[in-house]
Amino acid sequence: MSKKNLKRLDLIFKNEFDTEAILAKTLVRSHDEIINDLISSGLKGRGGAGFPTGLKWKLTADNPGDEKYVICNADEGEPGTFKDREILSSVPHKVLAGMAVCAKIIGAKKGFIYLRGEYKFLVPELNKILDEFHALLDKLDLAFRVAIFLGSGAYICGEESALFESMEGKRGEPRNKPPFPAQKGYKNMPTVINNVETLAHTYSIFKYGPEKFRDLGVKDSRGSKVFSVSGDTPIPGIYELEFGMTLQKFVDDFGDGDAKAVQVGGASGFCVPRKKFSKTVIGYQGKLTGVSLPTGGSMMIFNSSRSMYNVLHNYLDFFVEESCGQCTPCRVGTQQLLLGVEAVKKGEKPSSYLDKLLDLAETMRITAKCGLGQSVANSFSSIVENFREEMIY
Amino acid sequence: MSEKINLRIDNIAVSVTEGTTILDAAKKINIRIPTLCYHEDLCVAGNCRVCMVEQVGSDRLLPSCAMPVAEGMEILTNSLKVRNARKKIIELLVSEHRAECTTCYKNGKCELQELSSEYIVGEDGFIDLIPFKDYTIDLFSPSIIKDDSKCIRCQRCIRTCAELQSVSALTVSHKGDQMKVTSFFEKPMYEVVCTNCGQCVNRCPTGALTERTYIDHVWAAINDDRKHVVVQTAPAVRIALGEALGMPPGEIVTGKMVAALRRLGFDSVLDTNFTADLTIIEEGNELLQRLKKVLVDKDESVKLPMTTSCSPGWVKFIEHVFPEFLEHVSTAKSPQQMFGALAKTFYAERIDADPAEMVSVSVMPCTAKKFEADRPEMRSSGYKDVDYVLTTRELALMIKQAGIDFTSLPDDDYDSIMGVSSGAAVIFGATGGVMEAALRTAYEVVTGREVPFENLNIEPVRGMDNVREATIKIENPLPDWAFLDGVELKTCVAHGLSNAKKVMEAVRAGAADYHFIEIMACPGGCLGGGGQPIPTSPEIREKRSEAIYLEDELKVIRKSHENPEIVMIYEKFLKEPLGHKSHELLHTHYKGRSRY
Repeated sequence: MSKKNLKRLDLIFKNEFDTEAILAKTLVRSHDEIINDLISSGLKGRGGAGFPTGLKWKLTADNPGDEKYVICNADEGEPGTFKDREILSSVPHKVLAGMAVCAKIIGAKKGFIYLRGEYKFLVPELNKILDEFHALLDKLDLAFRVAIFLGSGAYICGEESALFESMEGKRGEPRNKPPFPAQKGYKNMPTVINNVETLAHTYSIFKYGPEKFRDLGVKDSRGSKVFSVSGDTPIPGIYELEFGMTLQKFVDDFGDGDAKAVQVGGASGFCVPRKKFSKTVIGYQGKLTGVSLPTGGSMMIFNSSRSMYNVLHNYLDFFVEESCGQCTPCRVGTQQLLLGVEAVKKGEKPSSYLDKLLDLAETMRITAKCGLGQSVANSFSSIVENFREEMIY
Repeated sequence: MSEKINLRIDNIAVSVTEGTTILDAAKKINIRIPTLCYHEDLCVAGNCRVCMVEQVGSDRLLPSCAMPVAEGMEILTNSLKVRNARKKIIELLVSEHRAECTTCYKNGKCELQELSSEYIVGEDGFIDLIPFKDYTIDLFSPSIIKDDSKCIRCQRCIRTCAELQSVSALTVSHKGDQMKVTSFFEKPMYEVVCTNCGQCVNRCPTGALTERTYIDHVWAAINDDRKHVVVQTAPAVRIALGEALGMPPGEIVTGKMVAALRRLGFDSVLDTNFTADLTIIEEGNELLQRLKKVLVDKDESVKLPMTTSCSPGWVKFIEHVFPEFLEHVSTAKSPQQMFGALAKTFYAERIDADPAEMVSVSVMPCTAKKFEADRPEMRSSGYKDVDYVLTTRELALMIKQAGIDFTSLPDDDYDSIMGVSSGAAVIFGATGGVMEAALRTAYEVVTGREVPFENLNIEPVRGMDNVREATIKIENPLPDWAFLDGVELKTCVAHGLSNAKKVMEAVRAGAADYHFIEIMACPGGCLGGGGQPIPTSPEIREKRSEAIYLEDELKVIRKSHENPEIVMIYEKFLKEPLGHKSHELLHTHYKGRSRY
C-alpha cells in the first residue's frame, strides 16, 4: 500500500497491562468527574446508534432502582461486522474495566456480556479472564460480578430491548420505547447497555484523559473507530482509524482500484456510490454517514464486477428472515420489498413499481417499532436510488 | 393524583393525567385513531402500527397506543404523512391476509375489512403474499376454527389467552416471514390445553379465529318434519342478542328472542334458566351434604371447598391445570347439560315425543359449550343430550337469514314446561350470579329465612372485581341443620381463568379456607362469554350486567326453589335432590387431562 494516507491508530488493540492501576485510579474519583470526562471526550455509542455514553451512564445513575445492571452488548450480528469479536479476544480487560467503572457509578452489582451465539468459542477464555478480573475487583473492594449470557443466533437480539427480553428467557422481541433502558432495562431495572467497543474506549479515556480522545476525529465524531473492512479489498480486516475521514480516502486506502460502491454500516447501513465517495464523511456529521447506524463499523467494498441487485437481494433475504415478525411494517414490508424487486427484475412489475417500494421503505423507516425495520430503508433506498438501472435490467 | 399534562392533538388543546397514552388523550376529545392490535382488555403491544400519529418536529411517527403524552406535544392524527403511512400499513396487512371477504365467516364484521374499506385499499396494493405461504386451517376443534391465512399477527389472541386466561394455548413461533400464531408443537387446538372459552374469538379482528358454526345442521333439523326440535336459551343470551341485531348493549330482549325462535321454526322454545334453577337445587344440596359430611361425619374423602361446574371452560381448565382438584368440582352438570338430559327423557315423555327423533339445540353465550355437548360424559339420556350448540352470534345470523325484523317483534313467552324460571336463574349469566342464586336457596333451606340482604340482592358477590369474597354467618338454623349453627359460610367468586388460577393456587397453598367457590371462565361471567356479540369491552360487559340484574328484579319469582316447575319436576319425576334419577341424569364426574 503505497498511498497509505489514513491514520492507523492503536488505542483499542494496544495491550496495556495496567488494568489494576487504571481501575484503582479511576474508582476513587467522584462519579461526576468521571461522567464529565466521558461527556467532554465526545464518546458516542459505537454500536451504531451514537448515543453519548457519558449521558447514558448519568441517566441510569440518576434513575432509582432496587437493582441496576451493566450489560456489554456483544451480539455482533450486523453483516460485515467482526470487530467486537477481535476486541473481546485480544483486549477483554479493557471492556471489563469499563463495565466495572460503570457499575460503580450507577450502583450495579451485576453485569453481563451478551455474547453472540456464534462466538461460543470465546467462552472458555473469557471465563478464565473473568475469574482473574473478579479477583482484582475483590482486591479493589468493588462488589461487582460479570457473567456471560450466550445468545441463540437471532440478529434482532442485538437490539437492546430485544436483548433484555432474550435474557429474561422470553422471545427476543423489541419493546415499546419509552421506557428506555436507563429507566427500565433488564428485569425492568435501570440498565446501561453499551457496545463492546464503546466500553473499550472508556478505558482509554480513563487512562489518557478525555482530551486525547477528543483531539481525534472531527466535530461531533470524536475519537477513533474500529472498522471491519470486507468485500473487494486486497486487505480485508479490522482497522482502527481516526473518525471523520472521507469515503474517498478510505477507498483509496482499502479499495482494489475498481470500487463502485461502499456499503457503510452493514445491511442496515447506506450504500454510497463512487460519485459520492469524496462528499461522504464517515462520522456522525452530515446526513449520509455510515456511523449513526446499528453496529457501525462495517465497511463493505463492491467493485464493478458486483451486481447491486444481488447485493440488495442478499440484504433483503437477510431482513425477511431476521425480522422478529412482531410489527407490520418490518414483517410484511421486508417481504414486499424482496418480492417487489424480484418482480421488477423479472418484468412482472413495471419499473415504476420501484417507486412504490421506495415509498414503502420510507413508511417502514418512520413506522417500524425498532432499529431493524427502520433501517431497512437505508440500504434499500440508497441502492435502488443509486443503481436503479441494475434493479431493472 | 399525578400531574396534568397539556398537549394539542389536531390543534385541539387537551389536558390529561401523566401516563395517559396519546390514543386515550385523543379519545377524550372525540378523535378516533384507528387501531388493530390494541384492545381495551389487553396490555399494549404496539405491533400493528396502524395507530401511528405525527409529532410536529419529529421525523418518525409515534404509535399512539403505546406512547405516553408529554408536556407541550403537538400531535397530528390526520396529516398527509400519517394518512400515507397508515394506508401503507393497512395495504401490508391486507397483502398477508387471505382477503377472500365474500366467503369469510367474518365478512362484514372484520376490523381489517372495515379499515381497508375506509382507506380504499385498491387493487394497486402490494403483492399478495398468500400464494407464497404455508398456512394451516385447523378445523378439528368442536368449538374454534383457526385459520392462519386470515391472521394478521396482532397477537390479541395470544395476549387474551395468556393475560386474561393464564392458559397460553396460543403463542408466537418462528420469526420474520415465518412468524405465526400457533399452539404447543403446532398441534391442533383440540389436542392442546385450549379451554375452548372463545375469548380469543371475541377479540380476533379478522376471521382467523371463529367459532365452529352449526347453523346449517340446525336448519336441517328444523326443516325435517320428522324431527321435534327443542331449543333452550342460556341466561346471558337474552341481554346480549340485541347487540348483534343492531341494538345498543344492555337491552333485555327475552320476549323478542322467544318470538324469533318460534318464527325460526323450533318446535319447543324452552329455557336453560329452568335448569339453572335446577342446578341451584342440586348443587346447593350437594354443598350442604358436603358440609355435613365434613363437619359432622368427619368424612375425609369429601372435599371442600366445592367449586361450581357450570362453566365448561373452567371445567376443562381444571382438568388440565389442577387435575388433583377435580374432586372439589360439584358433580352437578351445567344447566345446558341438565337440560339436554331432561329434554330427551322427562320432556319427551311429557309431550309424548320419541327421543330418537328429537333434536336438542342450545343457544349459548359460549364456545366451550359446543365442546361440552360433545363430551362422552353427556349422553345420559341414551342419546347425545345436546345435539347442537349455537352461540348468541349464530342465533343472530339465523334471525337475519330468516328475514325477521327483530326489533319490531312482539314479546312472546317460553313454552310451559321447562320454560319457567326465577330471577336467581337469570343472574347465572353474570359473575357471582351462581353464588348469589345458591345462597338465596341454601340459606333459606338451612334457616327457613330469606338471606339477610336487602331485596335478596347479595351485593358483596356482585360487580367486576377480579376476586370477591363473602362470608355469611348461619344463625338459628332449622333442627336438621343444627350442626351449621354459628358456622361462617365462606365463599369466593372469580371470573376469568387468570383469577381462577390465583384462587386455586391459594387453595392449594392452604392460604384460603373457602367452603364454596364460583368460577366462570370468562371475564364478567357468561355475559362476557366467547359466544357473545363482538366487540367486547369493560363498558359493554357492565351494560350487560346491569341488564341481567334488572331482569332479576323484574321477576316475580326470585329464588330457584320457588320456581313452580322445579317443585313439579321433583314431585313428578326426580323425586328428591341428589336422588337416584338426579344422579343418573344430572350429575357427572370429570377426569384429568395432561398439560401438554
